[in-house]
Amino acid sequence: MNILEVRNLRKYYATQKAVDDISFNLAPGSIFGLLGPNGAGKTTLIRMITGIFYPDEGEILFNGRPFNPQTDILQTGYMPEERGLYKKMKIGEQAVYLAQLKGMSKSEAMEKVKEWFIRFDMQSWWNKKVEDLSKGMSQKLQFVTTVLHEPKLIILDEPFSGLDPVNANLIKDEIYRLAKNGASIIFSTHRMEQVEEICDHIILVNKGRKILDGTVKQVKQQFKEHQFRISFDENPKSTQSDVFEVIEENQHELVVKIREGRKPNDVLQFFLDQQTGINAFQEILPSLNEIFIRLVEGTPLARQFESINA
Amino acid sequence: MNKTLIIAQREFTSRVRKKTFLLTTILLPLLFAGFYFAIIWFSVKGGDAVKVLVSDRSNVFNGNLKSDADVSFHFLNQATEQQLADSINAGSFNAYMYVPEHFNNATDSIRIRTAKSLGLLTKEKVEKRINGQFQERKMLTLVSQAQLDSVRKDANLDINPLKSEKKQDKSGAAYIVGMASGFLIYIILFIYGTMVMRGVMEEKVNRIAEVIVSSVKPFQLMMGKILGIGAVGLVQFLIWIVLSVVIRGILPSLMGMDEQTSNAMAGAATQVPTTGLLAQIESLNIPLIIGCFIFYFLGGYLLYSSLFAAVGSAVNEDPQDAQSLMLPITMPIIFAIVIAMKAVNDPTSNLAVFGSLFPLTSPVVMMARIAHGIPDGVTTMQLILSMVFLVIGFLGTTWLAGKIYRTGILLYGKKPTWKEMWKWAFRKN
Repeated sequence: MNILEVRNLRKYYATQKAVDDISFNLAPGSIFGLLGPNGAGKTTLIRMITGIFYPDEGEILFNGRPFNPQTDILQTGYMPEERGLYKKMKIGEQAVYLAQLKGMSKSEAMEKVKEWFIRFDMQSWWNKKVEDLSKGMSQKLQFVTTVLHEPKLIILDEPFSGLDPVNANLIKDEIYRLAKNGASIIFSTHRMEQVEEICDHIILVNKGRKILDGTVKQVKQQFKEHQFRISFDENPKSTQSDVFEVIEENQHELVVKIREGRKPNDVLQFFLDQQTGINAFQEILPSLNEIFIRLVEGTPLARQFESINA
Repeated sequence: MNKTLIIAQREFTSRVRKKTFLLTTILLPLLFAGFYFAIIWFSVKGGDAVKVLVSDRSNVFNGNLKSDADVSFHFLNQATEQQLADSINAGSFNAYMYVPEHFNNATDSIRIRTAKSLGLLTKEKVEKRINGQFQERKMLTLVSQAQLDSVRKDANLDINPLKSEKKQDKSGAAYIVGMASGFLIYIILFIYGTMVMRGVMEEKVNRIAEVIVSSVKPFQLMMGKILGIGAVGLVQFLIWIVLSVVIRGILPSLMGMDEQTSNAMAGAATQVPTTGLLAQIESLNIPLIIGCFIFYFLGGYLLYSSLFAAVGSAVNEDPQDAQSLMLPITMPIIFAIVIAMKAVNDPTSNLAVFGSLFPLTSPVVMMARIAHGIPDGVTTMQLILSMVFLVIGFLGTTWLAGKIYRTGILLYGKKPTWKEMWKWAFRKN
C-alpha cells in the first residue's frame, strides 16, 4: 500500500493555477524527487500534503485513508526551504519543543533529541542559541528537528543548500538510513545531480502541471537520443554512413546518432567492416539536468500572472 | 498535552526567563517606589535646619519671628555685627541677621549673612518669615489687631452640587480609582497587544511559522501565543500587587521611620486631605472593582490581542507597515480612554452607557463607571450586558483574526491592505 497517494490535486490562486491536476503515488521506503523550476507550484503542493493548505479539488490519501491533517501531520516531517527556528531559544529546548508539537511527550522527546545530538555530534550545542550557530550548523539542527519524531513521510525542501560536502554526505546517509527503515521521503529540489544520485522516482512539475513521471532510469530511457560514444585505436577511414550521423568528432573518438530504424549493432558492424579497432562503445544517456532544461526551456522563465475563473 | 498549551507554555517561560522580564517586573516598581519615597523623604525632611542668630537693634520684630524644624531664629539683640559673625564662624549658627539701629526701610537694609549659600527653598522660607512679620508690624502701627484679623478672614464658602448628597461622599475616590483602573487597562491593551504582534511578526520573519503550522493548526499557534503572553501579564500583575503590599509594609521600618513620619509622608504624597479620601475609598466596592478589573483586563486583552496578532501576521519585515495597519485597531482604544474621561465624571450619560456596552471600548469605559458602584455608576443589567457583549466580541475578533492570521502568516511579499485582509477573513475553507 502506498504511504501517500495524490489524486488530481488542484489549487488556484487569484492570479495563478499554482497546482493544476497533479497526481502521483509514493511507495513506503522510497525516495521521491519533486522537481521543477522556481514558481512551478512545488511549495504549494507540499503545503497541501503537509495540511497547511486545503486543496481546491482532488484528494490526498495517507496510508490508504483520506488525509486528515489533525492526526496525519504527526507522522509527517517537513523541512521548508526557508529555514526557521527561534533565534533566541536554546537549541536543546527548541528541538524538544518542536518534537512535543509533533505529539511526543516531553521525556520521550528529550530522549530522542539526545540520541540524535549524539549521532550528529551536536551534544555541546544543547545550551547554545540558534543565533550562535553557523548556517550549516542550523541546517543540521533543522534536519534533526524534522526527523526527530520518526515520521513515516519526510518532506525535505532543498535539504543540502548551504551545507559543505562533509555535512551534505552526513545528511545524505541519514536520508538513506531513514528510507531503509521504511520512511518515505519527498525530496524537492532543482539540483539535478543530487536527484540522479538519491531518488528512486521523480516527477517534474512546471507551471502547476506534472510534465514527467517515472523512475530515473525510465525517464532517461524516455529521453535518450540514441547517441553513442565510440573510441577507436586509430581514426576510422570513413564516417559516412546511412546508419548514423556524426555529432562530434575527436581524436580517436566519435559521437554518433543512430538514424531511425537502425540498431547499435549496425553501427558496430559498419566499423567492423572497415577493420577499425574499437576500444569502447557506450550509449550516451541524457542527464536529468539536460532533460529538465529541455522540458522547461521554451516556457517563460518567470511565471506570468493570469486571471483564473475558478 | 494540548498543543495550544504547549505553545502557551513556551511563550510564557521564554518571556518570564528573560532578564528584561525580571527587570521590568521587579525593578520598575521598586524604582517607582524608590522615587516616591525619596521625593516624600526630601520634601518632609527638607535640608539641614538653618539656625539664624538675630540682632534686632531697632526692635523691628519685637523678638517675634516664627521658628520651626527647618528655620529657627534666635535673638541676641544687643550683639554687634562682629559678635554675630564670630558666632557663625564658631559654627553654632548657620546665618545671622543684623538690623541696624534707627532702621529706616527706605534707606537701610537688613543684612543677612550665611555661612554657606542657602538652598532656594530655605531662602524663600526665611524671606517669607521676615517679610511677613515685618509687614504685620507695620500694619499694626496703622490699624488694630482686631481690624487686621477681620481683614484677613476669608469669606465663608460652601460649594456642593445640588443633587445626591450621598454620592458626593465618594466621588473623589471614585474618580481617582475609576480613572486609574481605566487608564491601566488602556495601557495594558497597548503593551500586551503590541507584544503579541511582535511575537507573531518574529515568527513570520524567522520563517519558523511554516515549520510550526506543519505540526499544529495556525489557530492553535495564535491562541497559544495569546494565552502565553496573557499569562505573563497576569503574573506580572500578581507580582506587582504583592510587591506593593510588601513595600508599603516594609519600607518605612527599613528606613527607620516611626509611625508619625510615615503618616506625614503619606499626607505629603497625596496633597489631599488624607483621612477624607481614605474614608471615601473604604466606601467603594473594592471586591467588585477588582473582580471587574480582572474580567475586563482578560476580556479586553483577548479581544484586542487577536486583532494585533492578525496585523502581525499580515506585515512583513518592515515595521512601518505594522504602524499603518495598527491604526484601525489603536483608534478604538484611544477613543475608549476619551469616553472614559467623560464617563468618570458623568457615569450615566448616554455616551458612557454606549461606551461601556460596545465591546471595543467597554474594558476601559466600564472601569470608569464601575468605580462609582452599583447602581450609582452602572446598573446590574448594563454590567451583565456589557460582559456578555465583551465575551461575544472577543469570540468574534478571535475568529476573524484566526482567518486573517492563517493566510497572512505564510504570505510573504507586498504588504496587504485592510481590504485584502477582510477578504481573507471571509473566504471559505
